[in-house]
Amino acid sequence: MASRTAFGQWFHQAADSDIWWSFKSSATTVIAAAVTLFIIALAFLAPVIAPHTPFDPGTLSLSDGLKPPVLISPDGDWSFPLGTDDQGRDVLSSIMYGTRLSLIVGFASVVVAMVLGIALGLVSGYFGGTIDAVIMRIADVQLTFPAILVALLIDGMVRGLISSQRHDEIATFVIIGAIGLSFWVQYARTVRGSVLVEKNKEYVQAARVIGLSPVVIMVRHVLPNVTGPVLVIATINLGLAIITEATLSFLGVGLPSTQPSLGTLIRLGNELLQSGEWWITVFPGITLAVLVLAVNLLGDWLRDALNPKLR
Amino acid sequence: MAGEEMPHDCRQMLAFILRRLMQSVAVLLAVGMVSFFLFRYVGDPINAMVGQDTPAVEREALRQKLGLDDPAPVQFVRFIANAAHGEFGLSYRTSEPVNRMILERLPATLELSFCAALFALLVGVPMGVYTGLYPRHWSSRLLQAISLIGISLPTFLIGILLILFFSVILRWLPSFGRGETVTIGWWTTNFLRWKGLEALILPSITLGLFQLTLLMRLVRSEMLEVMRTDYIKFARARGLANRAINFGHALKNTLVPVITVTGLQLGSLIAFALVTETVFAWPGVGQLFIQSVQFSDIPVMAAYLMLIGLFFVIINLAVDLLYFVVDPRLRGQMGTRAGTH
Repeated sequence: MASRTAFGQWFHQAADSDIWWSFKSSATTVIAAAVTLFIIALAFLAPVIAPHTPFDPGTLSLSDGLKPPVLISPDGDWSFPLGTDDQGRDVLSSIMYGTRLSLIVGFASVVVAMVLGIALGLVSGYFGGTIDAVIMRIADVQLTFPAILVALLIDGMVRGLISSQRHDEIATFVIIGAIGLSFWVQYARTVRGSVLVEKNKEYVQAARVIGLSPVVIMVRHVLPNVTGPVLVIATINLGLAIITEATLSFLGVGLPSTQPSLGTLIRLGNELLQSGEWWITVFPGITLAVLVLAVNLLGDWLRDALNPKLR
Repeated sequence: MAGEEMPHDCRQMLAFILRRLMQSVAVLLAVGMVSFFLFRYVGDPINAMVGQDTPAVEREALRQKLGLDDPAPVQFVRFIANAAHGEFGLSYRTSEPVNRMILERLPATLELSFCAALFALLVGVPMGVYTGLYPRHWSSRLLQAISLIGISLPTFLIGILLILFFSVILRWLPSFGRGETVTIGWWTTNFLRWKGLEALILPSITLGLFQLTLLMRLVRSEMLEVMRTDYIKFARARGLANRAINFGHALKNTLVPVITVTGLQLGSLIAFALVTETVFAWPGVGQLFIQSVQFSDIPVMAAYLMLIGLFFVIINLAVDLLYFVVDPRLRGQMGTRAGTH
C-alpha cells in the first residue's frame, strides 16, 4: 500500500533525525511524555492494578463512606489511600477507571473529528465548486460558535430524539459524536488547503491521466502529503477534547454517574465540597489538570518540531 | 482590494460596512435555520403543548391553527419573523414564554461577562506589558509558567478550587447565587449592593482567568516584537522618558490584536458563562440553557442559540469597526483585514 510505505518512510526519517533529537533535548517534553504514558498505563491497567472495583455495587460498603485520605488525617484507611466518597467508593480506583473513560472518549472523538474533517476537506479541495462552497460556509458558521456550545447543542438534540433511559445507555457514543462533530472544521480547512496545493502538482495529474478514480487519488496520493499538519492538530485537539468531555460531564450532560469519567467524578464530588469533603473532587481534578497539561506540552512540542517556521 | 483609487474614504468605509452587514445577516440566517430545524423537527411541539389524553382531532386542529402543516419554507419565514420580534413560544419544561425567561436571566449573564472581561483586561494587559518589558526577570518567568497552567485548567475546575479556598476554607466570599440585587425596570443589577458585588467576585475571576492568560501572553509577545523596532530606538534617541515610550509608543501599537482578541473572546465569554454559571448556581441564561439541554426543552435551546448568534455577529461587527478607530493605516486602504501588521 502506498500510504503505508509513505508513513513508514516518514517514521523512519523521524526516528533517525530531527524529531527524535528535538524530543531528547527538551526536558519538559520528556517529562510530559513520561507523565502522559504513566497516566495512560494507570488508566488502562485499572482492572488489574486498581485496589477496588468502585462501580460494582456488590463490593461497596457504606461503612467505608467518606474516609479522608491517609496522609492528611489519622482517620484514613490504608486500603483507601486517597479516601472514599459518600457511597464508600475508593477515590483512587474511581480515578483510574474514570481516567480510562476520559482517555477513550478523548481519543475516539479526535478520531471522529479527524476522519470527518479529512474526508470533507479532501472532497472540498479536490472537487471545488458548489460542494466546496457549501462545506466551507458550514465550517465558517460553525467556527463562529465555541466548540462546547456545538457539542451541547448536538447532545440536546439527541436527547430530544430518544428517551432518557436509552440516552444513558448510549451516552458514551453520543458524547464522542458530539465532540467529534464540533472539532472537524480545523482538519477540513487544513486538508482542503493542502489539497488545493497538491492537486495541481504533476504526480496528481499523472495519476489522473492513468485513469485512477478520484477516491484512489485522494486517499493514496494526496492524503499522505497532509499527514504532518493533521497529526499536529490532532495532538493539540486531544487536550481540548478531554477538557470538553470533562466539562460536559461536569455540567451533567455528558457521561452518566453509572459510568463516570473524570468530569463526572468532579461533579459528584462537587456536591460534597461545601461540607468539607474536598478530596472526592480535588484528586480527580488534579489528575485531569496534569493529564491535560502534559498532553498540551506534547502538542506544543510536536507543532514546533514538525514545523520550525510556525513558532 | 476593490477600488484602491477611490477618492472618498467614506464611500469605501460604507461599502466595507455594508459587506460586513451582509455577511452578518447570512450568518444569522444560517443560525436561524439550525434553530428552526431544532424547533420544528426535534420532538413534536404539539405533544409538548397538550395533555396525554387530548383526542387526535383536537391535536389536528391545533396543528392547523399553529400552521404546522404549512410548507417548510413558509414556516421558516414565520419562525424568523417571530424571532425578530423576540417571540419563541412557550418552554416545554415550565410552560412560560421563552422570551420572558431569557429576559429575566439576561442581566445576570451580561453583568458577569462584563466583570470578567474587565478583570481580564485590567489585570491581563498590565501583566503582559510587564512581562514583555522585562522578559528575563524571574517574576516574568513565574507569571509565564503560571499562565501555561492557567490555560490547561478547565474553567469549572478553577471555579471549584476558588470555592474550596475562599468559601469553604476561608469563608470570605459566597459560593453560589447573585447575593443581593436591585431591580431597575426589567433589569436586575448586582452593582448597587455590597452583597451583590461580593457575589460577583469569584464567578468573574473564574470566567475571566482564561481570557486573562490569553491577553497576557498576547500583549507580551506583541510588546517583545514592538520593542525591537526602529521607531522605539528612535524614540529613545530622542530622549523620551521610558514611560512615554512604553505606553505612548509601544503599548499603543499592540492595541489592534488586543482589541481583536478581546472582542472575539467577549463572545466566548458569554458562551463560557454557562459553565461558570453552573458552578456558582448563577441564575443566568447559560444555566437556563444547560437545564433546557438536560430536559431537551427545544424552544429555549433555539432561542438561546439565536441570542448567542446575535451577540457574536454584533461583536464581530463592532470589532471590525473599531479597527478604523485604532489603526489609521486602515482608513487609507480599506476593506482588507490583512495589513494590520
